[in-house]
Amino acid sequence: MNGSGGGPSPVVQQIVLSGLGGQGILFLSRLLAEAAVERGLPVLTSETHGMAQRGGVVLAHLKVGPFSSPLVRAGRADGLIVLQEENLPLHLPYLSPGGWVVVNAPSASEAGRKIDLHAIDAGGLAAQAGYPRSANLVLIGFALARLRGRTAQRGLFCTPGEILRALSRRGPNEGGPKQAQAALELGILHGR
Amino acid sequence: MGDRVVLLGNEAIALGLVENGCAVAASYPGTPASEILSSVARWQAKFALSMHVEWAVNEKVALEIAHAASAAGLRAAASMKQVGLNVASDPLFSAAYTGIVGGLLVISADDPGPHSSQTEQDSRMLAMAAKVPVLDPASPAQARDLAAAGFELSERLEIPVMLRPTTRVCHAGQDMVVRPVAPATRRASFRKAPERWAATPALRRRLHEQLASRIAGAAKFAATAPALWNPRVAARRAVVASGVAFAHAREAMEEAGLSDLFALYQVIQPYPLHAAFIERLRDIYEEVLVLEETQPVIEMQIADRARVRGRLTGTVPQTGELLPEIVFELIAQFGGVAPGAPVRLPAEGGKRPTLCPGCSHRSAFYAIREAAPKGIYPSDIGCYTLGLNLGAVDTVLCMGAAISQAAGFSFAYRLGGEQVDIIATIGDSTFYHAGIPPLIDAVVQGARFVLVILDNGTTAMTGNQPTPATGVGADGKATVPVDMEGLVRACGVSFCRVADPDRIPEFVSLLREALAHSRREGVAVVIARKPCAVFARSRLARPRPRVEIAKECSGCRHCLARFECPALVFDETAGRVRVDEAACNGCGVCVHACPAGAIHLSDGEGATP
Repeated sequence: MNGSGGGPSPVVQQIVLSGLGGQGILFLSRLLAEAAVERGLPVLTSETHGMAQRGGVVLAHLKVGPFSSPLVRAGRADGLIVLQEENLPLHLPYLSPGGWVVVNAPSASEAGRKIDLHAIDAGGLAAQAGYPRSANLVLIGFALARLRGRTAQRGLFCTPGEILRALSRRGPNEGGPKQAQAALELGILHGR
Repeated sequence: MGDRVVLLGNEAIALGLVENGCAVAASYPGTPASEILSSVARWQAKFALSMHVEWAVNEKVALEIAHAASAAGLRAAASMKQVGLNVASDPLFSAAYTGIVGGLLVISADDPGPHSSQTEQDSRMLAMAAKVPVLDPASPAQARDLAAAGFELSERLEIPVMLRPTTRVCHAGQDMVVRPVAPATRRASFRKAPERWAATPALRRRLHEQLASRIAGAAKFAATAPALWNPRVAARRAVVASGVAFAHAREAMEEAGLSDLFALYQVIQPYPLHAAFIERLRDIYEEVLVLEETQPVIEMQIADRARVRGRLTGTVPQTGELLPEIVFELIAQFGGVAPGAPVRLPAEGGKRPTLCPGCSHRSAFYAIREAAPKGIYPSDIGCYTLGLNLGAVDTVLCMGAAISQAAGFSFAYRLGGEQVDIIATIGDSTFYHAGIPPLIDAVVQGARFVLVILDNGTTAMTGNQPTPATGVGADGKATVPVDMEGLVRACGVSFCRVADPDRIPEFVSLLREALAHSRREGVAVVIARKPCAVFARSRLARPRPRVEIAKECSGCRHCLARFECPALVFDETAGRVRVDEAACNGCGVCVHACPAGAIHLSDGEGATP
């Protein structure tokens, strides 16, 4: 079913990204998918389009490894990336028992006490730095740094370098490649 | 060697078309199919291919164009969403009888759920009704492969073939290799055969017999036969699945440790189901579970209620998307394995979609409620359907129905001697698609209503594709722009005015004039013309006035209910409205939305109460 990526490392990871239309959730999921391809890993993604883009809820699924189905089943996500804090209760059911959550929020919520939750005010940081629409890149940068060093499934499967290269190859979502890179690095800085 | 890249299912289908010599591709936008045609245009440009690629006025026209190209010997494709297939069904059914020469692919994308459609109908049922074979891919990579198989099957049998992806193929991404594409080499050559291409009813019986024998041939076509995924397993029970349901089932079986317990078949061609396969199922298996979306197409062809479980037996839910969570439960139950703790499905809901900040449809709907507060508001399909949030959309049936329904309401009330205000809304792209015939009908039959054509110069909801008036085609080349006012007048409408809906006081006056005309004389048309806020008016490109809420704001929420801009937010603590500056487009129209005149622009301009 999948492309025969066939890299040496048997990485298997399922991630769900949640936000609202216009926040660049799909852009993030494509960057991550490209990082998987650079690593020679097979990858499947799912996205919601159309009606959802008019400010409604947007979900992206990302599965790295020899999967057939493009959807992450409830309770099976290794990680949940939440760009819109109010979506967290909606999409928490996707998270597997040992999974991590990275959320765009000023501080860790109630949920943070029972799960492996990492909060960063990506929206605030991005706005302060002058690129309010790049909160998505700040958030993924933060996730990359914060989860670094963890073993495969407990962390994030790709490196900041792979995401940076994917960014430089694609059109940026706002302001130009330098700004996108700056947003990513701002997130990385706060994740260390 | 080629590059390995991640492609969306729609991009992969488009690649499958161009790398198999498709020369003509036509489509009308519709989620989840829209990106197929735009991707064809991109591949065309990338590989410098000679093709005709167009956004057609509607899906019927798209398929008719493709059919003619195919009759002239070229490979052609028409792509659409499933409800668009309803529009194209007229040529589809007839084309099955006339047959084709160059391979003809009809790509109809289904939307189980539905996520973005009026129905979650199954295009494979229409294929069955029209007697054309249909192929059901389970992944983006397979969708690309089935474009090749589809063209071959189509030419072998000389009939159209349907390719039926669903949302989870169209909008799924998968890594695959892209190699350079060589240009198609065929030249058009239409061989006259009126007994075929122009067959009258008397001749159609013979064509039908021919079709029946061709479909029987499809049920023996080796390349699209069902595949057994675990042939080393000797089992008396089988799971038969197609499309994404197969992908979910395969994973579910592996996860639940059931890969050795029953046979797993993938059906690639749900109709006509291979005859040998049906026999095999009956010979070998005591129990068969069928997993497919969205209707029991495979299940009904196996036609064995005693041993088959599926939608017809109530085993598989009849409505809604066949999510992996549901598939896992069904597989576990079929395998006699305890399903484990009940899994909470992720909740639906959350923030609802709404018109963008700065959208001029919002202004038009606000004005419509002001001008005809007790009116009936038939509407149609597009971004402006979100006028629901402003209480200004009463009906949405199908493309173009806003106008027919306005006429229908007018006739219904007239019977009782009642006069009722009817203000229908329709988008520009929708109007060209299906609005002209009902407008003619309304004028001819003396209907009385106001039609507001919301002209933002684009087909917005589906991704800002061009309309017949845009002047640019799918491939970026110039097209001949059509004249909307001319069209409206040619339908016999005597009251046709164009206005900027953002100028709300003037627009309300114009609507009142139009209503007066409609009460006296007949259909009145107001064209609300303003470019799409997202597409054409960059919010960064001009100085934006600041919007301020003054102390007169009593927290009455009129602006939130009737104007509903995402940039106007209710501050619970302060008990009044505030402006979300990050979201604000700076259009300044909200100054008209406050009965207390509490909304101001920073250059001192206030609201006129």
